[in-house]
Amino acid sequence: MDDLLADFLTETHEGLVALDSALVRLERAPDDQPTLSEVFRLVHTIKGTCGFLGLSRLEAVAHAGENILGRYRDGTLQVTPAGITLILSALDRIKVIVAGIEANGTEQAGDDAPLIAALNAAAEGQEPDMPPAAPEAVPDAAPVAAPAIVIEDTAPAEHPPAEIAAADPGAPAGQGAAAPQTIRVSVEVLEDLMTLVSELVLTRNQLLQLARAHQSDAFAVPLQRLSHITSDLQQGVMKTRMQPIGNAWAKLPRLVRDLSVELGKKIELDMRGAQTELDRQVLELIRDPLTHMVRNSGDHGLENPAERRAAGKPETGRVILNAYHEGGHIIIEVGDDGRGLPVDRIRAKALANGLATETELAQMSEREVLRFIFAPGFSTAQQVTSVSGRGVGMDVVKTNIEKIGGTVELVSKEGRGTTFTIKIPLTLAIASALIVEAGGERFALPQIGVVELVRVGGGEGSAAQDGAPRIERIKDSPVLRLRDRLLPLVSLAGLLRLPAASEDSGFVAVMQVGGQAYGIILDRVFDTEEIVVKPVAPILRQITMFGGNTILGDGSVIMILDPNGIARAAGVGLDAATEDDRRGAAAATGMRSSTTTSLLLFRAGDGGPKAVPLGLVARIEDIPGERIEMSGLTPVVQYRGALMPIVPMSAGWMAPEGTTRQPVLVFTEHNRAMGLAVEEILDVLDEKLEIQPGTGRPGFIGSAVIAGRVIEVMDTAYWLSQAGEDWFRPAAASRGDAPRPRLLVVEDSTFFRHLIVPALSAAGYDVTAVDSAAAALRVREEGVPFDVIVSDIEMPGMDGLAFARALRAGGVWSEIPIIALSSRAEPADVSRGREAGFTDYVAKYDREVLLQSLSDCLSASLAA
Amino acid sequence: MQTPTAETAATMPPPSQANAAVAEDEVFLTLTVAGQACAVPVLAVRDVLGTHAITRIPLAPNEVAGSLNLRGRIVTALDLRLRLGLPPRPADAPPAMSVVVEQYGELYAMLVDQVGEVVPMPSRGITANPPTLDPLWREVSRGVHRREGHLVIALDVGRVLAIG
Repeated sequence: MDDLLADFLTETHEGLVALDSALVRLERAPDDQPTLSEVFRLVHTIKGTCGFLGLSRLEAVAHAGENILGRYRDGTLQVTPAGITLILSALDRIKVIVAGIEANGTEQAGDDAPLIAALNAAAEGQEPDMPPAAPEAVPDAAPVAAPAIVIEDTAPAEHPPAEIAAADPGAPAGQGAAAPQTIRVSVEVLEDLMTLVSELVLTRNQLLQLARAHQSDAFAVPLQRLSHITSDLQQGVMKTRMQPIGNAWAKLPRLVRDLSVELGKKIELDMRGAQTELDRQVLELIRDPLTHMVRNSGDHGLENPAERRAAGKPETGRVILNAYHEGGHIIIEVGDDGRGLPVDRIRAKALANGLATETELAQMSEREVLRFIFAPGFSTAQQVTSVSGRGVGMDVVKTNIEKIGGTVELVSKEGRGTTFTIKIPLTLAIASALIVEAGGERFALPQIGVVELVRVGGGEGSAAQDGAPRIERIKDSPVLRLRDRLLPLVSLAGLLRLPAASEDSGFVAVMQVGGQAYGIILDRVFDTEEIVVKPVAPILRQITMFGGNTILGDGSVIMILDPNGIARAAGVGLDAATEDDRRGAAAATGMRSSTTTSLLLFRAGDGGPKAVPLGLVARIEDIPGERIEMSGLTPVVQYRGALMPIVPMSAGWMAPEGTTRQPVLVFTEHNRAMGLAVEEILDVLDEKLEIQPGTGRPGFIGSAVIAGRVIEVMDTAYWLSQAGEDWFRPAAASRGDAPRPRLLVVEDSTFFRHLIVPALSAAGYDVTAVDSAAAALRVREEGVPFDVIVSDIEMPGMDGLAFARALRAGGVWSEIPIIALSSRAEPADVSRGREAGFTDYVAKYDREVLLQSLSDCLSASLAA
Repeated sequence: MQTPTAETAATMPPPSQANAAVAEDEVFLTLTVAGQACAVPVLAVRDVLGTHAITRIPLAPNEVAGSLNLRGRIVTALDLRLRLGLPPRPADAPPAMSVVVEQYGELYAMLVDQVGEVVPMPSRGITANPPTLDPLWREVSRGVHRREGHLVIALDVGRVLAIG
């Protein structure tokens, strides 16, 4: 029996019980309008629901009954005892049919025609001669009126009692099997029970403590038993409120199947984390938004099989539902691998609907534009299907989620799909928490976000010996070297402005919040405890570091930490607005002293590891690739309220995709911050630094022997000037969201294509690469417009010179600037190139000159 | 009427029949904060507690002393001395008592030095706040009563709780 049917039966039982008494009342007082209305409404509800469920026999009987009642209500028919008797007999028939559904899960065949005819006749005003006798006996155990509560002491929780009852053929009909399997209890009652149980737990704990103190053996056994029962009771009561999210998903496979038939698409529904439990109340509230979003994903998100084939994707589209707990929240993701949201169409629609002006839109990031889909009445579906596209939708979804204190985010990649992430706070949920101490106070740290606990040693020498890792400092920021990564640390006592015990010894709780890992420095760690999260008083809500509070087993109140809030407050998530005091740029002094210097070893670009004196590094950050944006030709990241340029140390660097993390060394000078993107942070070493004047490579002062290896030492000033130059270069005035210049690269060497395409893309060009002049000419035939072409000279088949001549001879590209790229850049070659029609001639591998030439060509062609 | 002490801290009895008879007189619970007599409407009071373990809440507004567990409910404690801009309780003073009040379903405990008695205060005996009263006090005071030769400030509980 499915859940829907079970719900229906419960509801119908309630309705029938109410109807019985209401009808008897009606018989006594035929003119009582409220009773009449109530009776009509009850029958109408039953009819409506069974019509929806496809229970046609039930619907027919209810419908006939409703007809008479409708006329009673409207006053066009007199209420007579005979009429009431007739309706009661219809109700009895309904009960029989319902009992049949309960026993078998489906409607039993039966002939209701005489009854319906009698009902219809009565509705026409004919006095019925005799009420037709019910052909089937009504089970007179009357279970409907007194629901039996089935106690299943061994039934596993996954099996709803309904299934067990239905599967048991031995259960006599009309008794256990006919009893409703669920009873409705108001949340308030459960809430009260919960409070009482908490009280009981506290009292139990006190008793246990007393018993221990007094060593009274006589009480030991009963106390033990009391303790167990209390724990079981506590769990039972908690369980009444929690339900796996799978319950809200149960109808989705069917929905998706129908959707795929209706739309002619192949859709696979992938549901993960169905066991994630959440509060029943919350579950009810997100059921509809979730259904709507899955429907949207299938309808709008996924393409039809032909489009998918054309896009090189498998024919079957996937809709992915994923639920999990994260840092005190429940995260539900609804994603598809479809076409992604049409950003341009959303932009146009936002403009058309007057939601934003063109100027505003031009300044918005893609992410901001996408959020318009949450605006009321916003739909970009080109035609209204029966499924979606009526413009009621995402705004309702968003409102409903926000009502329960949740948020919706979305990520969309054109051609790759859309993922919505719903985050619901845990306010009502039960969590397991670590009880920790910092600054002399105890706090509960939800265990969901804790990846591991690390014991950290004290002082310099001793800790190194016993092997415990020790907290190090870069500038003022504590960090922990944990295996191969450098973990930013946050002192909980410091953050909460409590007196810190000793920041360098204690524990570090390694947290994972979203994609961000960080450590919280704690003084002590006690125990884990199951806690019921209670919201904090309104006057404390502005302290975002607390997600709630709770009462511990010993009766004391404890604040629950919110790992997200802590990350935000500490600036680990790059959101902090305050900027640290700047580093005094005493660069050279520390470098040649005979004492040891802390050196940060990292890997970046070609060659071996590189080193930089740790004192020069203001911070080390691990920035998700998606946070790195392009401002003109410069990759930047929003950092502490300002834009920080990211300077890649290696050529051809591209910001990593999505949440992949980019290690960045942050340098500050003259109120500006610059991030140097490196590949990997290796180590921090204390070494005597003796720099051998260099190899002349720009960006490096020279090399030093560090830990027995020759390592290049970075020239900080050089890289800072790199950032400065890019930062103020006029070309950077072209905004990141302005159209990128389109660039065609004609190059036969795969290696070189791989080298140059990312470099040019990173520099802000929209690059298309082809492997031969012939391929380039085919692209020309398709009429694709370009702003500038970069071509190799030496190529098999048509060479660069012939290609340039072919372009200049005519066609759509005859005016486009062409830059020659060649390993031979002798004056004679250059002049031959110019004769052939090249605008400029650049030596291969000289990225700077190429970029300069490109921007010259572009500004010249713009001016022309 | 009995004066609850720290040892016998008890739930306040409901207003007695005698009090109900003088319906036009509001019934108040008197309390002392740093020597100043104050009063709160007794109907607002849910409980009077003796010494109770209070958990400090970092970063909370200064007036918030912390939170405490009252029979399974979490109660936010406000130090009435600090709320009224009075000097903090000296370390050697007897422990504070709490007057628990409810607002919008939330419980708050006001820490006071001493809890007095439940008394009816005739509405005719109330005087408006003197205009020279400290603005902070004027905000939380509903008026001043003269009682047995000293002045009692009738506190507006809602306003006292409106912090942060």
